Amino acid sequence: MSRFVLGGAAAIAGIGATEFSKQSGRSELRLACEAITAALADAGLRPAEVDGLCTYSLDHNIESEVFRNIGGRELKFFSRVHYGGGAACATVLQAALAVQAGLAEVVVVYRAMNERSEYRFGSGLMPAAHVVTAELVQFGWYMPYGLMTPASWVAMLARRYMHESGATSADFGRVAVTMREHAARNPAAWFHGKPITLAEHQASRPICEPLRLLDCCQESDGAVALVVTSTERARGLRQPPAVIAAAAQGAASDQQQMTSYYRADIARLTEVELVARQLWAQSGLAPADMQTAVIYDHFTPLVLMQLEAYGFCDRGAAPQFVRDGQIGLGGRLPVNTHGGQLGEGYIHGLNGVAEGVRQIRGTSCNPVAAVEHVLVTAGTGVPTSALILGRGTRR
Amino acid sequence: MANSADPAAPARAAIGHTVWPARVAREPVNQPMINAWCDAIGETNPRYRAGFAPAAMLPVWTMRKFTPDPARVEGMAILQPFDAAGYVGVAATNLEQEYLRELRLGERVTEEATLEAVSDEKKTALGSGFFLTILHEFRVDSGEVVGRMRFRILKFRAREMAATARPAVAAAPPGRLRPPVNRDNAFFWEGIAAGRLLVQRCTGCGTLRHPPGPMCPQCQSLEWDTVQSSGRGTLYSFVVAHHPPIPPFEYPLPILLVDMEEGWRLVANAFQIERPALEIGMPLAVEIVEVEPGFRLPFFVRAAGG
Repeated sequence: MSRFVLGGAAAIAGIGATEFSKQSGRSELRLACEAITAALADAGLRPAEVDGLCTYSLDHNIESEVFRNIGGRELKFFSRVHYGGGAACATVLQAALAVQAGLAEVVVVYRAMNERSEYRFGSGLMPAAHVVTAELVQFGWYMPYGLMTPASWVAMLARRYMHESGATSADFGRVAVTMREHAARNPAAWFHGKPITLAEHQASRPICEPLRLLDCCQESDGAVALVVTSTERARGLRQPPAVIAAAAQGAASDQQQMTSYYRADIARLTEVELVARQLWAQSGLAPADMQTAVIYDHFTPLVLMQLEAYGFCDRGAAPQFVRDGQIGLGGRLPVNTHGGQLGEGYIHGLNGVAEGVRQIRGTSCNPVAAVEHVLVTAGTGVPTSALILGRGTRR
Repeated sequence: MANSADPAAPARAAIGHTVWPARVAREPVNQPMINAWCDAIGETNPRYRAGFAPAAMLPVWTMRKFTPDPARVEGMAILQPFDAAGYVGVAATNLEQEYLRELRLGERVTEEATLEAVSDEKKTALGSGFFLTILHEFRVDSGEVVGRMRFRILKFRAREMAATARPAVAAAPPGRLRPPVNRDNAFFWEGIAAGRLLVQRCTGCGTLRHPPGPMCPQCQSLEWDTVQSSGRGTLYSFVVAHHPPIPPFEYPLPILLVDMEEGWRLVANAFQIERPALEIGMPLAVEIVEVEPGFRLPFFVRAAGG
């Protein structure tokens, strides 16, 4: 049916998480162990059955320590993906490939961090470097000028996007208000019960113009884990499988990490467009086939730019799409029904994959009716990735 | 102001004298204060429920309200000649405590503080100044000394203030992060240091590229040279950073992305352009400015006619 090698052969069979907080009070390794065992229990599998691990290159928990602590026996596959939150869906892709290739049967994807309490990506501090790598040289074009935080790197794209599309700060604000509205109804969200108004967004202090405080996602402590196995095996487990209908990575021409400023047009995300084309081609699906989506929301303007890149609206039309309420509950495409990283927690997007799974299972706190397929995206502004999750069909 | 006299002379004359009147504990050593302290510290030794006070509680019994302004601290008159001579800074540098025995319930503590030592003038990262050591002795009513504490402060003249009078002292203040330099980008920063804005050019196909790299993405040639840019361009995008404040930048901080007229783009700060004047499309020109001794950076200024 599809050229795609996976073709729905792998699925997410279990999800687990710790609480999302500002200070977990325990080690990152412990957070990883807690989330992984919760995901295994959700799937109805034992730690001894795990034979693969995937995570982000930025995760501090090495696979060997994770594996010995959870009581793993034989680890046959382990793999990491770089580029911060851009790895969110690529880790699942790696796991699915390993399962489909027969290298491993039960691959756990994890991300565990005390980001808020121990290091804060938003602080603008660069780690001390002993070797002048290409990565460090790249950041060297910005460090001497004070362009040193994720918000500031993204703000440069956002300003040009405003210039090209006519988007305003209030349009960014509508994204934040919608995410917080969803989070307010999610008991697991840090901002549970705490919606915001557009006026509050507009009154929030500037972080890096054109971004305001409420355009920036939270910083969080916490962990999320997912269990990936064959769809066939998943059907015999405790939960209905969330079948990986498509998965792709992308980095496009003249890509930099957060600062792809040298392309002819920086008001579009060409790496996301590349991922989108692959997803639609692999699955034979189209944007109209998605009943809901988890759109990586580290910064609000990039939610608008992704809506355009995935084809939910034309270029420059995302501000109107959001003004029309289309990303809210009851809209054409409810986005981030868990509240996103603006509202639920910032676990580098892996909590978003878990929400995609819950929408397939029908267990989201904001369930969307008749969900067949969910798009889940990863961090943007960097080499990125995305997934389509579905119910799958028994064959 | 004539301040050629040694500002430490009055302090030296006061060595061995008390710096403030003896402080008598408001209450004798008592169980409720011991309990509160042990709870706060997490101390669970049963000895401290059986008549003894933790030795480390020594300064607690006579502790006074914290007064942030040292000029208003009773008895600290010895600091005033330093202030008058421009050594207005004060930094606590060391605290040593010496416990001779544990206190027992019911004992009353008296604390006496004497000026023990005044150093010669020292150069420090904070500035030039004098270390003063104050010795606190803790006695019980019998006169027995139960503990001592040495508190050392630095009265200093801040670096900036000293700069005209003395050579620069060690430890530079935090500056702009320097760009990491390797074989791929050294030409650019060497050019800036020499006052020239250089852009990399492929000698295979003539394409300009920035940020530079070892290989031409157009023709894969590894051969390249550089050309000097006119420095002229137009504003393509910009941000104005506010938070978090990172030393030594001043905020709000505009950072610009500029289309250079030769067809490449460059990020740099704005120089003498008011924030409301920033407008996409405005003409700009590069000016190379020495921002710190020996460190130059390109800045964008308004272009003539812009």
